Amino acid sequence: MSTSAKYSGKTYTFNHGVHPEEFKELSSHCEIQRMPFVEEYILPLGQHIGAPSDCLVSKGQKVRRGEKIADPIGFVSVALHSPVDGTISEVGIFPTPNGQVLPGIKIKIDPYSTQRMDEAPIDLEDLDRKGFISTVQNAGIVGLGGAAFPAHVKFAIPEDKTCKYIMLNGCECEPFLTADHRTMLEYPEEIIDGIQILNRYLKADKAYIGIEANKPDAIEALKKIATTSTFPIEVIALQVKYPQGAEKMMITAILGEEVPTGKLPLDLGVLVGNVGTIKAISDYFRKGIPLMERIVTITGTAIKNPANVLVPIGTPMKDVIELCGGITDDAARILLGGPMMGAVQKSLDVPVVKGTSGLLALTSNEVRDLDEYSCIRCGKCVDACPIFLNPSMMGLLAKKGLWDEMLEYNIMDCFECASCSFVCPSGIPLVQSFRVAKGFLREKAVREKASA
Amino acid sequence: MIKTAKLSVSTAPFLKDTDTTPKIMFTVVYTLIPVLLVSFYYFGLSAILVTLTSIFSCMFTEWLFNKSEDRLQSLKDGSGLITGLLLALTLPPGFPLWMVFLGGVVAIGMGKAMWGGLGQNVFNPALVGRAFLQAAFPTAITTWSPPDGGYFSLRGTNAALPFLQGTNVDATSGATPLAKMKFDHVSTDWLDLLLGNTGGSLGETCGLLLILAGAYLLIKKIINWRIPISIILTVSVLSGIFYLFDPSIYPSPIFMILSGGMLLGTIYMATDLVTSPLTPKGIWIFGIGIGILIVLIRNWGGLPEGVMYAILLMNAGTPLINRFAKIRTYGHKK
Repeated sequence: MSTSAKYSGKTYTFNHGVHPEEFKELSSHCEIQRMPFVEEYILPLGQHIGAPSDCLVSKGQKVRRGEKIADPIGFVSVALHSPVDGTISEVGIFPTPNGQVLPGIKIKIDPYSTQRMDEAPIDLEDLDRKGFISTVQNAGIVGLGGAAFPAHVKFAIPEDKTCKYIMLNGCECEPFLTADHRTMLEYPEEIIDGIQILNRYLKADKAYIGIEANKPDAIEALKKIATTSTFPIEVIALQVKYPQGAEKMMITAILGEEVPTGKLPLDLGVLVGNVGTIKAISDYFRKGIPLMERIVTITGTAIKNPANVLVPIGTPMKDVIELCGGITDDAARILLGGPMMGAVQKSLDVPVVKGTSGLLALTSNEVRDLDEYSCIRCGKCVDACPIFLNPSMMGLLAKKGLWDEMLEYNIMDCFECASCSFVCPSGIPLVQSFRVAKGFLREKAVREKASA
Repeated sequence: MIKTAKLSVSTAPFLKDTDTTPKIMFTVVYTLIPVLLVSFYYFGLSAILVTLTSIFSCMFTEWLFNKSEDRLQSLKDGSGLITGLLLALTLPPGFPLWMVFLGGVVAIGMGKAMWGGLGQNVFNPALVGRAFLQAAFPTAITTWSPPDGGYFSLRGTNAALPFLQGTNVDATSGATPLAKMKFDHVSTDWLDLLLGNTGGSLGETCGLLLILAGAYLLIKKIINWRIPISIILTVSVLSGIFYLFDPSIYPSPIFMILSGGMLLGTIYMATDLVTSPLTPKGIWIFGIGIGILIVLIRNWGGLPEGVMYAILLMNAGTPLINRFAKIRTYGHKK
C-alpha cells in the first residue's frame, strides 16, 4: 500500500530497526493549512520538559496575540504566549495530553481576533551569545520533534564542550506523520535561515540535515536552498527505517559513531535539532513570531480528511478533528504523536500542546489486539532493537519482576522506541513492561539516594 | 459532536508486524507437507499411519497436560502439531504404532509440558521423544524397512500389539546408508541420498526436498540462517579433514551432509526457536558445537547416527550460552 516516492541516491542508516507500513500517503500531499480560530484555548503551564512556567496573567485580563502570558522559572523552562486576542477566562487546572491534570490558563477568544501581529524582528547585531539564549527561552521555543525539551538549554553549550556539527532531524520516521515533511517542502528558506542564525552563536564546522529517503521532494528542496548558504550545509538521505529519527540512530547513520552510554550527542560535538524547531527560530528572529502555533499532522485511517494544519497551541483536539471532517465510526484509538511512541487519549477536550507533532485516529484494522502467546525466543526483537539490547531476555525477567537483574541487561539504555513490541510474533508487551521497570528502577534509585 | 463510544485506551506501539506465533508455526508445518508426501510415496500406508499416530498422540498429550480453561488455546499455536510431525519423520516406517504413541506422549509430556509449556522447554520435544524411544526400544528403532513394497501393505512391526515387539512382516530389513558406512565402510551414491531412494526413517531419506524446504524457511526468515550454515560448514570442514586423511574409513563430507538425520535435524530441529540461543554470537557457538558433536559421534561413537544427541547436548548448553554470549549494547565499550 505504501506508495511514497523513493529517493534514488545514496542513503545512510544504522544497524537493526524495523520497517512498519508508512501510511504517509494519506497526508503527505496535503499543503499546510491554517486552523481557524475557535472559542476557547487551554494552555497548560508545563508543556515542556523542566519546570512549569510562571503564570503572569489573572482572570478577566485582556491579552493580545503573541503576548507573553507565562514566564520561565529557572533555566530549564520556557515562556508561554497567547495565540489569540482574548480574555483570560480561567486560571486553574486542566487535563493535558499526557494524562495528567495540570495548572494552565484558559483564554476566551475576542470575536474580532485576527491573525495580524506587529512584526518585530530581533536585531542580531546587538545580540551576544547569552542574549541569544535568553531570547530563545523567551520565545518559548522547545524541541518540536515530540520531546519538547527547551531549545535554548541545548544551545547553551558548556565551556568544556564544542559544537562541531549542527544536525537537523528531518527523518520523521514515525509512520503516518508528515508535518516535518511539509515544513521542509514549504519552508526550506526558513530552515536554512534558522541554521545560519544558530551558527552565528555556535560557530560549528558544518551542518547536516538528515531526511529519510521517502521524502525526495523535501531533500531536493533543501538541497537547492542549501547551496545558497556560505556555511557548509549537507543534506543527507537516510534509509527508510524506524527509528531512524531517534537522535542516536541519526548520528550513527551520518557520522558512523555511537553516542557513548550516559553521554549526550554533544560529547561527540553534535547538536541535534528538529527541522521545525529551527524554523521556529527563524520565525522569531525575522518576524517576531514566538512559538504559539505549530504544524500538526491530523491523519489516520479513521480521520475523514487527513491534513497538515498550522494549529494555535491550546486548541482543543475535538475542534481540530472536526476541521478534518471528524472520525469514522470504526475509530478504535485516538492518539497524539506517532503510532510507535505516541500517547493515547481518553478525552478529546485536551489541547494541542507544543510537543504535539501529530493527531492520529486509528481503526481496529491497524490496532490489532492479539492473543498473547509464550515467548518462543525467535530473536526477532533482538534483531530489531536499534541499541542492541536483548528484549526477549528482559521481557522474561520483567514478567517475573526481577527489575535488578534487568539492569545487567542495560535496561536503562532503552529509549522506548517500541520496535521490540512491534515485531514480537507472540504479542508480548515488551516495551510496555520496560517502561514499568524503568520507572520502578528510577524510583528505587531516588529512594536509595535519599536514605543514603 | 464526535462520538467516542468505541474508543479505548492502551499504550504505544499501536502498530504490529504481521507475523504471529501461530503463523510461524503453521508455515513450518506447510513446508513439511512435501517431505511427508515423499515419505508416503516411498513407504506407503505405514508412513501415513506412523505420522497420524504421532500427531494424534502429541496433540492429545498437549490437550491433556494443559489447564482446562486454555486447553484449546495451546493447540491453536500449532507447536504440538510440529512436534508430532517431526517425531514421525525421525521414526522408521515399520515402527510399532503403540511405540509411536508412547513416543508422542513422552515428547510433549516430558519434552514440553513438564517444563511449563511452549517456550519454556530446554530440549527439542520431538528429539526427547525420539531419544526415549531409542533408549527403550533399541531393536525396533533400528529395524529399517527398505523403500519398496506395495503402498497398501503394512511394514515391519507396525501392527504389533501394545507392549509386544510383534513379528517383522518384511522378508528383509535393509540397513541405512549410515549403518553401512559405520560397520562395513560402504558409501551410498549421493544421488540416491538426494532423491531419497534409500532406507531410513520417514523424513531423512529425501535430501533434495529438505534442502528446498530449508531454503524457503530461510527466505521467509523463520529459521536463523546462522544455524544451518554453521552446522553444515563445521561438518564439511571437520569430516573433510578426516576424509582426506583416510578415505577408506571416513565418509566424504557430501555423504555426511546428505545421509541420516543430518538435513532434517539441521533444518528443523537445531533451528527450533525455543531451544536455540538468542544472540548471533551464541548461535555460532551452538551451531559449531552441533557440527563437532555430529562428526565425533558418527566417526567414533558406538552409534551410526549422531545428529539427535548432538542437538540435545547443545540444547542443554543453550541457557549457559545465552547467559554468556551477550550482545554489546549500543554506546557501550567494544
